[in-house]
Amino acid sequence: MTMLDKRMTPADIVGRLSDGMTLGIGGWGPRRKPMALVREILRSDLKDLTVVAYGGADVGMLCAAGKVKKLVFAFVSLDAIPLEPWFRKAREAGQIEVLELDEGMFQWGLKAAAFGLPFLPTRVGQGTDLAELGGLKTVQSPYDDGETLIAMPALKLDAALLHVNRSDWRGNIQAFGPDVYYDEWFARAAAKTYVSCEELVDRMEDHYPEQAQANIVERAFISGVTEITGGAHPSSMPPAYGWDMKAFKAYADAAKDPGDWAAVRDRFVGASEEDYLAGFGGKEAVAALPLPIF
Amino acid sequence: MTDVSLAELCIFACSQAFRNNGEIIATGVGPVPRVAAGLAKLTHTPELMMTDGEAYLVEQPVPLGPRRYEDRKPAGYLPFSRFFDAAVWTGRRHAMVTPTQIDRFGQINLSQLGGTHRQPKTQMLGVRGFPGNTIYHPNSFFFPSHTPRVFVAGEVDMVSGVGYNPAKRVPGGNYSAVDLRTIVTNLCVMDFGGPDHAIRVVSLHPGVRFAEVQEATGFELIDAVAGETPLPDAEALTIIARLDPHNIRASVIKDNPPAQRQAEGSAA
Repeated sequence: MTMLDKRMTPADIVGRLSDGMTLGIGGWGPRRKPMALVREILRSDLKDLTVVAYGGADVGMLCAAGKVKKLVFAFVSLDAIPLEPWFRKAREAGQIEVLELDEGMFQWGLKAAAFGLPFLPTRVGQGTDLAELGGLKTVQSPYDDGETLIAMPALKLDAALLHVNRSDWRGNIQAFGPDVYYDEWFARAAAKTYVSCEELVDRMEDHYPEQAQANIVERAFISGVTEITGGAHPSSMPPAYGWDMKAFKAYADAAKDPGDWAAVRDRFVGASEEDYLAGFGGKEAVAALPLPIF
Repeated sequence: MTDVSLAELCIFACSQAFRNNGEIIATGVGPVPRVAAGLAKLTHTPELMMTDGEAYLVEQPVPLGPRRYEDRKPAGYLPFSRFFDAAVWTGRRHAMVTPTQIDRFGQINLSQLGGTHRQPKTQMLGVRGFPGNTIYHPNSFFFPSHTPRVFVAGEVDMVSGVGYNPAKRVPGGNYSAVDLRTIVTNLCVMDFGGPDHAIRVVSLHPGVRFAEVQEATGFELIDAVAGETPLPDAEALTIIARLDPHNIRASVIKDNPPAQRQAEGSAA
């Protein structure tokens, strides 16, 4: 029988992940990242992960902490700080395996996984170094055009992590903000998806029925939910709060001085989520962060 | 108009790349290309479409720099979640970007410099959307510093965007939409109009000589100079100032030089 009450603690969620898993992380760069769940991973012994993400500080921190065996990415950036410094350190030390993809190929691979297909054909990547570096193979159209296309392999995820605005205990989620990126496809590409949310309600239909269109992915794809208000910090979570560029800057500066993750881990991960947030002014300070201007 | 800056001249030159492009998404990444796209829309090519840099389509280009969150006036919607479906993979876009390197084939690199893919000497952003952009829609480039480190000899360290290199083209692939248009730098304007799409210099900024451009380039250029790059007119300068009220353009080119060079030998 399916458990309809999907409430879990963050530690329960991380307890369902295991070493060597392929883990998708929703959001985009410094936006809508499930950072509290990433911090929970950083507090655990989990290791040898293959991380699949439109990367921001989630990728930088997991690389810095030595959790990443392989990274599937198109970019890793903090927007206003274009180059993610901890990711750069890991790359320049040759510390991680990579599969580098175009942004569009990346979502195409998630869609192939969602539909249970081995690959989806694409023109993207032709004429670049991606196919050779990534071992991507080609297919030929069986129709009259005979076009040679790249076969973008399915990016099958063992688990995906998302941070959304609302959920009920059954996993009826709502996601707001100007853009929800490819969160829906991370969920559909994953065997299990775990979400943290700004607000957990008992029954969505009793609270926010008029905003059901914000249900970007159906609850059949959601395996666990947990309420973590401020859980995207330091990334942005519109309309609730913007990114914390001061925190990102401190994090980026720390990659140079002292340049040692172990020395700054307490500050950027904390012993607990309360402990972490307290270092940045608590939930109230996070809620007051202005939405970013582009 | 001696007080026109080189950055403003570049904005004006970049805006010409979007002329008569039709109803497509004009994307300018970075201050000069972005103001240029807005200038094109507000002058010669009003049918252009563009975003606020986040997720909404706007008919009034959004100014650079700090402003109120509500100041954008959305007229449509084009989030990343449908960007490939709508704009990139349908070819309805023209992007102007600044890669780290470009070579004689128009191949571009935004990913890494030196070393190996497993261990690059310098890791940059990653290929981002360059592979898809270059196979599907027109692209142009702006470089604020024209040097052989940017315009490299040989090929770029990692081919992030498709160029016109025949050796890179897998037989049977469809390259019909590869369309590299304009390169604007702090020295000149170039295009891909030479034999086999070779790069040509088509105009020199005031006071710049072709030999100087050639010296700053790691490969051979074709001299197709038809004249001097035109200075922006008064209307264009007014619009540029409105789209960049905090004068961010002054920080784009080293020392923010004037468009009109000081004569050689005279005091700077």
